Amino acid sequence: MASASEADFRTRLQDWLPKLVLAPSVAVTLFFVYGFILFTVVLSFTSSKMLPSWDFIGFSNYVRLFSLPHWHVALKNIAIFATLYIVICTAIGLMLAIFLDQKIRGEGVLRPIYLYPMALSFIVTGTAWKWFLDPGIGLENVMQQWGWESFSFTWIKSNTMAIYTIVIAAVWQSSGFVMAMFLAGLRGIDNEILKAAQIDGASNWQLYRRIVIPLLRPAFLSAFVILAHLAIKSYDLVIALTGGGPGRATEMPATFMYSYTFTRKEMGVGASSAVIMLMTIAAIMIPYLYSELKEKKE
Amino acid sequence: MRKMTKGMVSALALTFGLASVAAAEDVEVLHWWTAGGEAAALNVLKEDLAKQGIGWVDMPVAGGGGEAAMTALSARVTAGDPPTAVQMLGFDITDWAEQGVLGNLDAVAGPEGWDNVIPAALQAFSKYDGHWIAAPVNVHSTNWVWISKAALDKTGLAAPTTWDELIAVLDKMKENGITPLAHGGQPWQDATVFDSLVLAQGTDFYKAAFIDLDPEALGGEKMAAAFDQLLKLRSYVDDNFSGRDWNLASAMVINGEAGMQVMGDWAKGEFLKAGQKPGEGFICIRFPGTQGAVTFNADQFAMFNVKGEEKVKAQLAMASAIESPSFQSAFNVVKGSVPARTDVPDTDFDDCGKKGIKDLAEANTNGTLFGSMAHGYGAPAAVKNATYDVITAAFNGEYTDGASAAAALKDAVAAAQ
Repeated sequence: MASASEADFRTRLQDWLPKLVLAPSVAVTLFFVYGFILFTVVLSFTSSKMLPSWDFIGFSNYVRLFSLPHWHVALKNIAIFATLYIVICTAIGLMLAIFLDQKIRGEGVLRPIYLYPMALSFIVTGTAWKWFLDPGIGLENVMQQWGWESFSFTWIKSNTMAIYTIVIAAVWQSSGFVMAMFLAGLRGIDNEILKAAQIDGASNWQLYRRIVIPLLRPAFLSAFVILAHLAIKSYDLVIALTGGGPGRATEMPATFMYSYTFTRKEMGVGASSAVIMLMTIAAIMIPYLYSELKEKKE
Repeated sequence: MRKMTKGMVSALALTFGLASVAAAEDVEVLHWWTAGGEAAALNVLKEDLAKQGIGWVDMPVAGGGGEAAMTALSARVTAGDPPTAVQMLGFDITDWAEQGVLGNLDAVAGPEGWDNVIPAALQAFSKYDGHWIAAPVNVHSTNWVWISKAALDKTGLAAPTTWDELIAVLDKMKENGITPLAHGGQPWQDATVFDSLVLAQGTDFYKAAFIDLDPEALGGEKMAAAFDQLLKLRSYVDDNFSGRDWNLASAMVINGEAGMQVMGDWAKGEFLKAGQKPGEGFICIRFPGTQGAVTFNADQFAMFNVKGEEKVKAQLAMASAIESPSFQSAFNVVKGSVPARTDVPDTDFDDCGKKGIKDLAEANTNGTLFGSMAHGYGAPAAVKNATYDVITAAFNGEYTDGASAAAALKDAVAAAQ
């Protein structure tokens, strides 16, 4: 029994070994991804300030991290941002996909129009939306020049509302991509099922509610995972759109991590915030990967 | 055909030859002087070095205050390839010196007598362990107010010398339909204004709060009063202030959209570049209540440990060029700051520059020359940024009154130490 599985293991290893050895990317990934993750985790337990040091101080960086009001602002912002971003993107993406799937004319033109924002980097999106939302030069100014004197849209300059402008810009950028994922999912649904349901007298609404949307489950899951990790690592969009301001009102964990690690010279605290972010992503990704791998085995 | 090839080869050889000579005597300089007036001032140094045959490899990292530049520097130093010279402020220099990565300028500082001509308050940062590690380029003071002459004349009031007079002028400007105070809502700009407000509460108080970090001063009544004044100033800023760069705020004053700006004297370069003259287009005054004291922010070029004799030679030549009185004068005339040496004649300077030189010398002898907290000369980066957090939160209306902001400041500074 034991020897059989050992032989099995050896043949499998022989299959794999050449590929492993020949794949420098494995080594590069191991070092630059997992090596640096480990490095960051180690740093988070040290008293590193401007440059790394190896003086271990236990969990005090984490204690300090959670005592900072700044970090709590960042956590609150990521909660607002991630929730709205994921929900709105999914809703708009699904809606667009269903509308595009009605065998309409000009789908080939419309699809790229919705998809193209994804081709931009978040820096471009952020800068464009910063100008568009700026009351002095953007939407508000134009509306007032066109004669709507009382028009006012100053969210980007408001402490409480600025975080929602980030949601707007991010949703604009990503919902087309989500649409593409759902569209692929819709195209994968067997027409026979839909026809059978129609023969049984299902209304359009029932068709989508009871059959199509449940069948899109894998697409929902991928959309969720992609949007969730985009939300957690959102840095460039915030920097370009609001710079974390007004004041520190739109600080996110990623901008917090950068500023503590590099500009405030509290690398230990910055590393511990990075570890918390990693754990948050892991909490989302691991159940997903687990369920995906389990399905494949079946 | 053959002739042409020959010509090309020799041209190629010439290019390579030149390139290798230049590489040996290049100085690589990391800085954040990218705004118009600043870039023009830096050109003076570039040209001085070019005359000595020293090339200049520019490494500008934009972003006033140099946050981005310091990040770029960390990466370069960690990789073991530091630039020759890096523009740096205050405690950043000390921090790098502690890491043992800075060079030694004693070879030029000693013979040129830097010890006698550079103010002691600056030497505290340009020297580490008794050795010169950085060459101070200039002294900026941060407690200035830049007022549009036209806007002030329209109010019919004199340039303010007290807080109440300042408020009277601001109110009048508001009535006249312009933005009274041009301001950019970035944490370091909020903190720059706040520096002046704290200094106006008294020089001893400034020292206790921002240099000695005395908790009682940080959380006390005077700090609360300074925060109350900050909240008052907030009401004179336009709604669109957040995120605006400082030079755009200066432009508002230059264009007559705004009445005044509270900013360090680097703002003067923007006024001069726009063709305005001190006393005619704009007026410079010390922030009301701070005449006689100076909060400084000195740009210094910290010199890193470079390898190779030629490179060290070029570095020393650069340090020497920076401290030469003629460069100090020429550079600072353009930049808007005042020389880092006290023995430079003020003949070439405009009225604001002359006043700056006089104020600096006076503050130096009276012991009222203090490092600016907002610009990293008051306390190390962690503390500085902790004060930014509270000041910018206060300016953006997070605290209802000065007392609660002062209490938050005390806690934030204690936590960052």
